[in-house]
Amino acid sequence: LSECFNMSAPPHPQPPAKGASHAAGDFSYVGIDAILEQMRRKAMKQGFELNIMIVGQSGLGKSTLMNTLFKSKVSRKSVVSTPEERIPKTIEIKSISHDIEEKGVRMKLTVIDTPGFGDHINNENCWQPIMKFINDQYEQYLQEEINIDRKKRIPDSRVHCCMYFIPPTGHCLRPLDVEFMSRLSKVVNIVPVIAKADTLTLEERDFFKQTIREELRANGIDVYPQKEFDEDSDDRMINDKIREMIPFAVVGSNQEYQVNGKRLLGRKTKWGTIEVENIAHCEFAHLRDLLIRTHMQNIKDITSSIHYEVYRVRRLNETNGQPNAQPPNTLVNPQQANGVAAQHQVLTHEM
Amino acid sequence: ANSVDKNARPLSLSGHVGFDSLPHQLVNKSTCQGFCFNILCIGETGIGKSTLMDTLFNTNFENFESSHFEPKVKLRAQTYDLQESNVRLKLTIVNTVGFGDQMNKQESYQHVVDYIDTQFESYLQEELKIKRSLHNYHDSRIHACLYFIAPSGHSLKSLDLVTMKKLDSKVNIIPVIAKADTISKSELHKFKIKIMSELVSNGVQIYQFPTDDETVSKINTAMNGILPFAVVGSSEEVKIGNKMVKARQYPWGVVQVENENHCDFVKLREMLICVNMEDLREQTHTRHYELYRRCKLEEMGFTDTNPESKPVSLQETYEAKRHEFLGDLQRREEEMRQMFVQRVKEKETELKEAERELQGKFEQLKRLHSEEKSKLDEKRRSLEDEINTFSKKKAAAELLQGQSFNTNANLKKDKDRKK
Repeated sequence: LSECFNMSAPPHPQPPAKGASHAAGDFSYVGIDAILEQMRRKAMKQGFELNIMIVGQSGLGKSTLMNTLFKSKVSRKSVVSTPEERIPKTIEIKSISHDIEEKGVRMKLTVIDTPGFGDHINNENCWQPIMKFINDQYEQYLQEEINIDRKKRIPDSRVHCCMYFIPPTGHCLRPLDVEFMSRLSKVVNIVPVIAKADTLTLEERDFFKQTIREELRANGIDVYPQKEFDEDSDDRMINDKIREMIPFAVVGSNQEYQVNGKRLLGRKTKWGTIEVENIAHCEFAHLRDLLIRTHMQNIKDITSSIHYEVYRVRRLNETNGQPNAQPPNTLVNPQQANGVAAQHQVLTHEM
Repeated sequence: ANSVDKNARPLSLSGHVGFDSLPHQLVNKSTCQGFCFNILCIGETGIGKSTLMDTLFNTNFENFESSHFEPKVKLRAQTYDLQESNVRLKLTIVNTVGFGDQMNKQESYQHVVDYIDTQFESYLQEELKIKRSLHNYHDSRIHACLYFIAPSGHSLKSLDLVTMKKLDSKVNIIPVIAKADTISKSELHKFKIKIMSELVSNGVQIYQFPTDDETVSKINTAMNGILPFAVVGSSEEVKIGNKMVKARQYPWGVVQVENENHCDFVKLREMLICVNMEDLREQTHTRHYELYRRCKLEEMGFTDTNPESKPVSLQETYEAKRHEFLGDLQRREEEMRQMFVQRVKEKETELKEAERELQGKFEQLKRLHSEEKSKLDEKRRSLEDEINTFSKKKAAAELLQGQSFNTNANLKKDKDRKK
């Protein structure tokens, strides 16, 4: 299955030869397709941004998974020893950015950690600070966008993807999972994963996944890739296959072991070594392919053209009736509580 | 420009992650959506704009010759769907019609400026909409403006300078020398130098091919030095050797369009399409459009910072404007009401005047009538008097007559008695 959407070696089409070498005998060639190369060049020069949020109880291997995904220490495990000290009193949102580069492609990766989520005795409303953070990023982008003098490239701190870690109970989703995903799937792309999947056998895993899928459906939770955003039938075909497989059961590891003469990432136990990137062992490779190699651009596009636009519409309609209303769930400097509808309104008045 | 975010720490990867496919993903998405490119051609009638477009895009765009008698400069825009391999391009070509034909050319550039501004305005409107669909929006903003210079061999015309100066902050200008087959090589060289120096001395900012990307900086720098491109267009083909080439056949020889020794057509195509199409689009969006947007919003009274350089809430500005607007409305309403009341009063007085007049006339007439009546009454009385007198006289006369008859009768009777 990974063959379907594994693009580990994307083909680079030959750039059209410059100068007269292509003119010989090729009269119909204009050069319009050269724009693809131009776009690629521009993208390489500008670099990319990606913001991933990881949500889940402590001890589910979130940091390890991040490090495995990006093959580097993007998440530093906290150095404090006791669990009591490790779990903050309130849910914190910790955002760390890294500049990474691969084959000339530069990316600013921001990992947003949420320590404290689900770790307290009373976890009611634990989704609130996270929702607020996501909306704050939308707000920040919106403010910059409506500035008169605005930056050439608006810095994008919007959360593109929220990875939700489900503990491997093997039964079903917990109320906390349902509550969180049902609320957040409306504002951000949620990618649920079954953490520490090496505690489940293949049968248990399949059963668990099926139960989760049913529960998601029953609760009206639309996780990435959302059915309603499929663009055409090709898209739908590819995404249907993915939807049959989520949530991915993953195992993370920073350690390499010697297996069959090769150095592989894995977890060594007395009864065997789990190879992280072996799809027979766990679905890490599928997750990596989905998130990074094939659908990364799509995830960003859905965030900017759908989730962000929904936020913007809501915000503009809010301040329409009550000019002094502050947008809910955001911590905005009152000085900068811009009436987003203002420009639009005045424009329509003037027209 | 490469920006290193001070907040991000650089990290090295210990293995292949796979995000190097991102540019490919991005390009894939754009390919599905298709691309949009809009060219504006400004030049005198008959200078070869349509032919050049046909030649550039290897298509017959079916343009008809324009008349030289247009009273005003018009712009004609046509959109075409082109496809090459898997790339779909929505190309819009805007031609000026009647440019340079009028006796008085003072207004010539205005229509062009207005057209460009209108496209910016449409985009701005869409961007400010509440429910917007920017990625579906058909971008009609002009990405490149080819300015056709007549091949006089001497210098730019004043119309050229004035027009280009008005447009250089609104659009990417690429000047071309049209019908370059009428100029000799040495004249052309001098002509180009003269044109460029005139542009520089008049402060006209033409489009510079970007030189910051190493992949293309060398060729772009070279091309920047060859501007303006001397072009020849042709849709006809002539057999040269054993090939059919686009050319113009003269008795003294054949000018081959795609021969770089004959003209700069290939260079223009290279620069405009193959190398810098994306940059032209980007400059239009990030520079020209932003400038338009900034000016437009500032014009309407929006600022980011108030005079004390504190961030101004758009809300406050909006509220202030709204108050102003409402106050203005109220004032106008008041004015109108007062004017209405005034008018009513005037009309009332007018009507009262008329009434009075009428009344006066009526009185007069009445008087006249009563005068006449009394006159008539008098006459009647006098007549009656006359009648009375007459009847009295008549009665008296009758009496007399009767008496005399009686007397006669009596006399007769007496006579009879006497007998």
